[in-house]
Amino acid sequence: MAIPLAISATDLTKSYRGQQVLCGIDLNVPVGSVFALLGPNGAGKTTTVRILATLTKPSSGTAQVAGHDIINDLRGVRRSISVTGQYAALDDLQTGAENLRMIGRLAGLSTEQSRQRATELLAQFDLTDAADRRVETWSGGMRRRLDIAASLVVQPLVVFLDEPTTGLDPRSRLALWEVIAGLANAGITIFLTTQYLEEADRLADCVALIDGGRIVAEGTPAELKRRVGNSRLDLDLVSDDAFMSAIDRLGARATYSDRAALSISVPTDGSASHVRALLDEIDPGHYLLRQFTVHTATLDDVFLSLTGHVGGQPETEHTNV
Amino acid sequence: MSEIAMTTAQPSQAGLPRDTLVMSARCLRLSARTLDALLTSLLLPVLLMLLFVYLFGGAIQTGTEYVTYVVPGVLLLCAGFGAATTAVSVSSDMNSGIIDRFRAMDISGTALLAGHVAASLVRNAISTALVLGLAFLIGFRPSAGLADWLLAIGILLLFVLAMSWLSAAIGLLAGSAEAANGFTFLVMFLPYPSSAFVPIETMPSWLQGFARHQPVTPMIETIRGALLGTPIGNNAWLSVAWCAAIIAVSVAIAAVVFQRRTA
Repeated sequence: MAIPLAISATDLTKSYRGQQVLCGIDLNVPVGSVFALLGPNGAGKTTTVRILATLTKPSSGTAQVAGHDIINDLRGVRRSISVTGQYAALDDLQTGAENLRMIGRLAGLSTEQSRQRATELLAQFDLTDAADRRVETWSGGMRRRLDIAASLVVQPLVVFLDEPTTGLDPRSRLALWEVIAGLANAGITIFLTTQYLEEADRLADCVALIDGGRIVAEGTPAELKRRVGNSRLDLDLVSDDAFMSAIDRLGARATYSDRAALSISVPTDGSASHVRALLDEIDPGHYLLRQFTVHTATLDDVFLSLTGHVGGQPETEHTNV
Repeated sequence: MSEIAMTTAQPSQAGLPRDTLVMSARCLRLSARTLDALLTSLLLPVLLMLLFVYLFGGAIQTGTEYVTYVVPGVLLLCAGFGAATTAVSVSSDMNSGIIDRFRAMDISGTALLAGHVAASLVRNAISTALVLGLAFLIGFRPSAGLADWLLAIGILLLFVLAMSWLSAAIGLLAGSAEAANGFTFLVMFLPYPSSAFVPIETMPSWLQGFARHQPVTPMIETIRGALLGTPIGNNAWLSVAWCAAIIAVSVAIAAVVFQRRTA
């Protein structure tokens, strides 16, 4: 035993009405780290969080959260965690302050302590101005912040954040990233799920890629990116024939191809000599290729090369060579 | 955003009474802010009272002033309706994200439902006071002493408690708030085939059996007896027995269903 684990799961499975949504998940999350479960819709992210947070029972498998068994010691787990789901778990008809005070009282704080803690949290999350307005009048970003604030009324050992930024505008997303980074700095173990590769890249110490109820890869963002090469060469072919011939030459090295768009992606180390060699190999006669671009590899590429389909985030940076 | 400071406040041990109290305050606040439901639960009793007394009252012969005859029935009808709306609030809670937060905080289902029931009791106390006030205005003159009033109010309270727990259980069972809403209509109709609005003897014989033995009738008779001095017989005990049975079954169902709905 080297590093103490905040979460460890062994061979978790879950079936709903005969349909298997988790097919044997193993996870180890060290204390104080930020762990991201990254995957597309329907991959099993929410189910995993619900099982670890004792909101759903697994069909088989075991897990410990903060040292407590999720099946035999439900209470122990619940005392150590907080959960923020995809939908803000607060009362729309109560004000922000009322919601936080209620959570404080339910968590066992006195009326006075609850009032104090609510005021503190509202200030820390930049919500003081809206504190006495009903939550129904708040923006999506404000609600998510309040939701996370509600998770911190008493200090949890492990915070679960299920798609904390889904559906938010870019500015609110950035604000929320700061909040999450702040939690990590405070030493709380964070288990977050996301469809956004950029989000996992930015926040997590360790990322697990989940697809079809299975973990398909796991490692630090840097390790994962190394698996597909530091960069990626995108090719634009002139015709269908050109496309087919390039595919023939590349074989399994092509991590992505789209026949209709006549485009192919190949991993590269990004050096001029390697890119030149690749281009010469694919197109020795210099007439098959319309255009090429080199990108710094993103988790997108990892996802693509491992699962054959894209995660959530559209491409952003393009570096023309 | 400033640095996130962690709390130093030490939570005390969790407790069912405290959780119930917090939940009751929450449900009351939500009730007070659900304007449409609030208006319905306050206006409907008033309208029903006026409807019975002025619209039907002239045609119905009960041997006494109709307003005097009908007030216990209207009180019960309104209390039943008011209590039944608990099904809708429980059901919308169950379908919202907050239920997961409560569960992850290890709040018991009993505390959550008891909060809804407590809010229902308060709502109904207000609408009952409103109906009674109106009844006095339009000529209701009961001949009751303090003990009679206590009996009548006690039975009414017990009825609201029983119907609220039943509604809470139905709210858990219903898949959606709309389905739960259907239940409130069912409860609205239960007092009609009873002695609430017309004497049972005036009903067709096949209905009389049901009307005599359904739970609303002994309660009506008890309240009427207490307020107007008609004979009560064993109706008070029957009412208590009915309510106790409904509460026991509902609480048991609620406990089981809450576990299953949230497992």
